[in-house]
Amino acid sequence: MYRYDHYDQALVDQRVAQFRDQISRRLSGEITEDEFKPLRLQNGVYMQLHAYMLRVAIPYGLLSSDQLRMLAQVSRTYDRGYGHFSTRQNIQYNWPRLQDVPDLLADLATVQMHAIQTSGNCIRNTTSDHLAGVARDELVDPRVYCEIIRQWSTLHPEFAFLPRKFKIAVTGAPTADRAAVRVHDIGVRAIPGPGPDDPHGFQILVGGGLGRTPRIAEICREFLPREHLLSYLEAILRVYNRYGRRDNKFKARIKILVGALGIEAFSQQVEAEWALIRDGAMQLTQAEFDRVAADFADPGYAALESSDLFVQSLALSKDRALGRFVASNVIPHKQPGYSIVMISLKAKGKPPGDATAEQMELVAELADRYGFGRIVVAHEQNLVLPDVESRHLPDLHARLSALDLAEPNIGKVTDIIACPGLDYCNLANARSIPIATRISDKIEDLDYLHDLGDISLNISGCINACGHHHVGNIGILGIDKQGEEFYQLMLGGSPGDDASIGKILGPALPSAEIVDAVANVLRTYIDNRESADERFLDYVRRAGFEPFKEQLYGSNDHV
Amino acid sequence: MVPTTMSETPELHPGARRIVRVGASGKPEIAIDHWQRLGDDDPFPSLDALPVLVTLARAERDRQALEQRTGAWGVWVPGNADPEQIAERLRDRVLVAIEVTKFTDGRHYSLARLLRDRYGFTGELRAFGDVLPDQLSYMQRCGYSSFELAPGKSLETGLRCLTAFSVSYQGNTTDPRPLYRRRA
Repeated sequence: MYRYDHYDQALVDQRVAQFRDQISRRLSGEITEDEFKPLRLQNGVYMQLHAYMLRVAIPYGLLSSDQLRMLAQVSRTYDRGYGHFSTRQNIQYNWPRLQDVPDLLADLATVQMHAIQTSGNCIRNTTSDHLAGVARDELVDPRVYCEIIRQWSTLHPEFAFLPRKFKIAVTGAPTADRAAVRVHDIGVRAIPGPGPDDPHGFQILVGGGLGRTPRIAEICREFLPREHLLSYLEAILRVYNRYGRRDNKFKARIKILVGALGIEAFSQQVEAEWALIRDGAMQLTQAEFDRVAADFADPGYAALESSDLFVQSLALSKDRALGRFVASNVIPHKQPGYSIVMISLKAKGKPPGDATAEQMELVAELADRYGFGRIVVAHEQNLVLPDVESRHLPDLHARLSALDLAEPNIGKVTDIIACPGLDYCNLANARSIPIATRISDKIEDLDYLHDLGDISLNISGCINACGHHHVGNIGILGIDKQGEEFYQLMLGGSPGDDASIGKILGPALPSAEIVDAVANVLRTYIDNRESADERFLDYVRRAGFEPFKEQLYGSNDHV
Repeated sequence: MVPTTMSETPELHPGARRIVRVGASGKPEIAIDHWQRLGDDDPFPSLDALPVLVTLARAERDRQALEQRTGAWGVWVPGNADPEQIAERLRDRVLVAIEVTKFTDGRHYSLARLLRDRYGFTGELRAFGDVLPDQLSYMQRCGYSSFELAPGKSLETGLRCLTAFSVSYQGNTTDPRPLYRRRA
């Protein structure tokens, strides 16, 4: 993984010193809260319902075991012994004290971590595929470009006060988008060059997003030669910085500008701007590409036979706990003899994405023992051990089980994405986490869970959509109805290559009914699907909403 | 009239103020400044040698009077101005001042950068308005060379903020090379 040199380290250290100075000036009253707010936000400090929250960047989700141990230590020293992994591959601490934050950040800087630009109206942490570098369907390792983008966007002097926040995602797998690039402000897709001998480049998508106005990104440029990546991003950001709306924060995201101008006019503006800078100093050099790429070279894999048949046999093991775990949480690795292991942070009855300090330390230890000391945070709020020798899977499963980290539900309906909701967030209208835990409790039968197959279920506690409910196969949105928590049910969303925004099934339901309604939807699918090969999303797309409405609301003219 | 470096804290002349300015050496300093910013209907200062800043509209209207004064004249523009529309008329001025109406409105950063990098403005580029110490470093890297801080803001803090970082990933107006072309 990327290792800081003295420049990177100096910048992060100086950032800590700068923020320490800013906090002391805030505490002395030299700067007002209004002046301080963007400063603290761009250092990851949010004001939540009960206290400050700190969001620490995990660039493109990649961690070393030492970094994960530091995240655990920080949670013990400055917080309450746990952290929350977010949908943008970051980690959040819910209870730090403002005056402790500089020391906390200084501790993080010792392991090359920071909280720079994890919130505020600036370019946020660049996210990517959690299987980057190890997936079989990958064309290019996206992390190299993510790191190059991270450096370009870090403390960029021109783009620190954009109309609104700005999120970039990169995928290196042209046929398997696991980074949800089509619901980002900019989506970068590595694609093959036009000719067989041409180097890869990028398709650039723009204007996707969720929130109040969900929108699928459109193509801004079909093919961008890779050496021009940064100048093209700069051109998009400059057009947005100059022309994005600033009169209404709900209309300030780039998707509104793209929608207002139309993608043709928008991309013409970008192309005109880019034409003036593309051949300048921002062109990526081969030397820089090679320097960064060297840090993402494969670890020293042993030369092994394929383990595919071995893993398939484990999935059928008489030890059903192991079998289910392997069937749902283990993914084929590009390297023969190795597996990718997903660690679910969605254990029954636990808030999605939370991990205790003990759990983080165990995962760090297991990464050292079985996986070259690397861990990845997935945007689905799970952890990944990307490089496990397949023969260790039974041992690994046993060790994970001991700390409630072996829930066999990756990609299943209980692998729920949820925002913090009304329990923590002062924007929320309704609670999210209790709904998630009640749904997990409801689906007790693991055979039934696995029979349901791959279904994503996403919950947001308000229309800001931090739980990405629009792109869940099943989406749940908390709303406030005369002071009571109600929930809207949506079906048909997807964040991948076939990205779509879910549609509302019918009238919102009270908290007491929403969990049964989800069970009803699942039963309707099971009873009516063509075969077990027809995924939930495919069934919804084929059959439409009528079967669900009939079962749930009793008639199909209810809405 | 060129602002002079301040050695102590003398009494200021009426109409003068202290600003933060990046000297020719690239080192930021506190300087005394006499530029008078005028609205379109404000009279010229009675002291003919005082330099003035006017809007582009007034520069056009009162061009002759401006040229006849002994004091220098420059132009002030709003932070959301289009450089494409105005750059030609700013090019020969010794000083252009950009108004920051609200520090969270980042359009002026693009304006400053384009005036410098694309349209070759080489005079003094000043920020005034809602100019806070914590943004000076970003402003300087976008091409600003002097800063009239918002009322009540500490110039010493401003100086300190300008030297908070020894490294930046991006290029700037004086050296457009990103760090990856400078790394050693």
